[in-house]
Amino acid sequence: MKKFLRKLFSKHENVRAYALLSPALILVILAMASPLLLMLVTSFHTQVSMMEIDSTLTLDRYADFFSKPVYPTLLFRSIKISFLVTLVTLLTTYPLAYYIAFYVKKNKMLWIVLMTLPFWTSYLLRVFSWRVILGHKGVINSALMFSGAIDEPLSFLIYSQTAVVLTLAHAWAAFAILPLYVSLDKIDKSLLEASYDLGCSKFQTFWRVTFPLSLPGVIGAILIIFIPTVGDYVTPQLVGGTDGRMLSNMIQSLFGRANNFPLGAASAVMMLLSVSFVALIVTYITKKVSLRMS
Amino acid sequence: MGDKEFIKISNVSKNFDEVTAVDNVSVNIAKGEFFSLLGPSGCGKTTLLRILAGFEYPSKGFVSIDNSDVTDIPANLRPTNMVFQNYAIFPHINVKRNIEFGLRKEKISSEEMNQRVNDALKMVKLEGYENRFSNQLSGGQRQRIALARALVKRPKVLLLDEPLGALDKKLREEMQIELRNLQRSVGITFVFVTHDQEEAMTMSDRVAVMNQGKILQVSPPKELYDFPENLFVGDFIGDINLLESQISSINGKKVKVLINALGEYELDSHTVITQNDNVVTGIRPKSISISSNETNQSDIQVKGKITNTSFYGNLTYVYVSVEGIEKPLMLSTAESLQGLSVNSDCYLTISLKDIRIIKKN
Repeated sequence: MKKFLRKLFSKHENVRAYALLSPALILVILAMASPLLLMLVTSFHTQVSMMEIDSTLTLDRYADFFSKPVYPTLLFRSIKISFLVTLVTLLTTYPLAYYIAFYVKKNKMLWIVLMTLPFWTSYLLRVFSWRVILGHKGVINSALMFSGAIDEPLSFLIYSQTAVVLTLAHAWAAFAILPLYVSLDKIDKSLLEASYDLGCSKFQTFWRVTFPLSLPGVIGAILIIFIPTVGDYVTPQLVGGTDGRMLSNMIQSLFGRANNFPLGAASAVMMLLSVSFVALIVTYITKKVSLRMS
Repeated sequence: MGDKEFIKISNVSKNFDEVTAVDNVSVNIAKGEFFSLLGPSGCGKTTLLRILAGFEYPSKGFVSIDNSDVTDIPANLRPTNMVFQNYAIFPHINVKRNIEFGLRKEKISSEEMNQRVNDALKMVKLEGYENRFSNQLSGGQRQRIALARALVKRPKVLLLDEPLGALDKKLREEMQIELRNLQRSVGITFVFVTHDQEEAMTMSDRVAVMNQGKILQVSPPKELYDFPENLFVGDFIGDINLLESQISSINGKKVKVLINALGEYELDSHTVITQNDNVVTGIRPKSISISSNETNQSDIQVKGKITNTSFYGNLTYVYVSVEGIEKPLMLSTAESLQGLSVNSDCYLTISLKDIRIIKKN
C-alpha cells in the first residue's frame, strides 16, 4: 500500500497537485459551492405557508422580483452605492499608496501597518463611531451649530446614502491600500526616468506610465471593494435609514420576518449575477481606458 | 571652438549626503564624438552620466550642451536621450508605441511619426517587430528597441549607461561593432558608460578613465594604453608589469630612473614629472621578448626562469621570475616558445623606448 502511494505521488504530478489542493477544495465545496447550489435550487421553489415550501421548479420568483418595482430599485441602488464607495475609496487610498511606494524610503512596512491600524478594531465599532460623527447631535453637526454656520442639524449626514457611502468607504480602505501599494511599489523606477527622458513631465508620466502599470492593483482594489459592499447589510441598517436601504436588507428580511425563502434566494441570485456583470464591465473599461491613455 | 566644446562639463561635483560621487570634474566633449566614461563600479561614471541626462543636479559646477547652459534644466526638456542599463522598455505597450512614446510630445503628423518609427526600426534591424511586447523580446532585441526609442527623438547627445552589460560575450562583441557603425552613420555625439576596458577601447574616439569621482586621464584609446599618465590608468587598462623605481635626476624630457633589479637608465618622460614624484616604471607584456640564449642587440637584458605559461590561441602568456623582482614578469608572444618550457632558464630583452615612467598618484 505504502509502495503504491509513493509510486502514485512520484509519478503523477497532478495527483500531487490535487493532494495539496484537497483541504482548500473540500472547504470550498462544503462551505461555498453547496450553499450556493442550495440557494439556486431554492430560488425555483414556492413558499406556500409559514413552514411549507413547494419544491416544484418554477421561474415565478424571478417574475415576482421584476414585477414589484421595489426589488429592481433596491438592486440598482445597491450597485450605485457600491460603485460610489469603490470610487471614493480609490480616490482616497491611491494617493496614500503612491506616497508610500515612491516617497517613503525607510520603514515602508511600518507605514502600511499604521494605515491598517484602525481596522484592527471591530467593524461594528467603526460603523457606530461614524454614527457619533455624523449623527444629528454628532461631532459635525454640533460643531457647525456651535459655530453658527447652520441653524438646525444637516439631515443628509446620517440616515442617508451619503452616510452609507462614507462609512463603507472608510471600512474598506485598508483592503484597497494593500493591492494598490503592491502594484505601485513593483514599478521599475527606471521606467519613470525613461519617460522623463523621452520628454514627458511628471504629470504626463503618471498617466502614461505609472497609472497603467498600477492597473492590476486598481482592478484588484475595485473587485475587493465592489463585490462585498454590494451585499453589505449592517452599515445600511445602522446609518442608512430608509433612504439608504439596500437590496441586502430586503434579502435579510425575506429570510427572516417576511419569511419568503424562495424569493430571498431569487433576489440573492439576481444580485450575484448583476455584481459579476458589473465587475466584469468595470474591469474591462478600466483596462481599455488606461491603454488608450498611455 | 563650439564644436570641440559641444558638451562642456565645468568643475562639476555631486555629493550624496557624506559621499562625494563626482569630485570637481571638468571635461569637454566634441560634437559627433564617441566618448566613453570608464572606471570600476562606484567611481562616479554613472552619476556623471545622470547629471548629463538631468536626473541628478550637480552640487557644484555647470553643464552646457551646444552652447546653452543646461545645469538647471530637467531631464524632459534636455536635448539628450538615454539608453538605460536595463533598457527600461515600457512593458504595457508594444514595440511601436514604445518607440512613438517620445514622439507623441512633438507636434508632427501621423505620417511623419510612422515614417520615423519605421526608419528607426530599420536602423536597428527589427522591422516586423512592431506588435511585440517587451516580454517577447530577447535581451539583444530589447537593447535595440531602447536604442531606437532614444534615437528616434534625434537627440543632440545620446547617453548610454552600460547598455551591453547584460548581453552574452558574442552578442556583446557584435553590438559593439554595430553601435560604433551606427554612431558614425547618424553622427550624434555618444557618451558611453562602461566598466569594461576592452569595450571602451574598441568603440571610443576618446576615453575618460575615472576613479573615486575624479577623471584621471582623457585620451584616445591607443594613447591611454601606450602612455598611461598614472598608476591607476596603467593598471586598469590592459596588463602591465610594474617595477618599483626612483627618480635620480631630471633634465627636461630626459629622466634618469633607478629601476628595481634592472638598474639605472635614462628614459623619455611623456608627462610632467618633478623630482619629488613617487613613480613606478611600467612595461607592457607585448614589449618584452624572450629567448633561450643571450643576445647583445638590446638595451636591457635580464636572466629569468619560466614559472608558468598560458595559451590563449593567438597569443601565449609567459610568466618569468627574475631575481630581485617580487612578482614574475608577464610577457606575451605570438611565436612558439622553441624549446622553452616551465622551469627553463631564459633571457628577456626590453627596449628602453617601451618603458614608461608612471606617477603613483
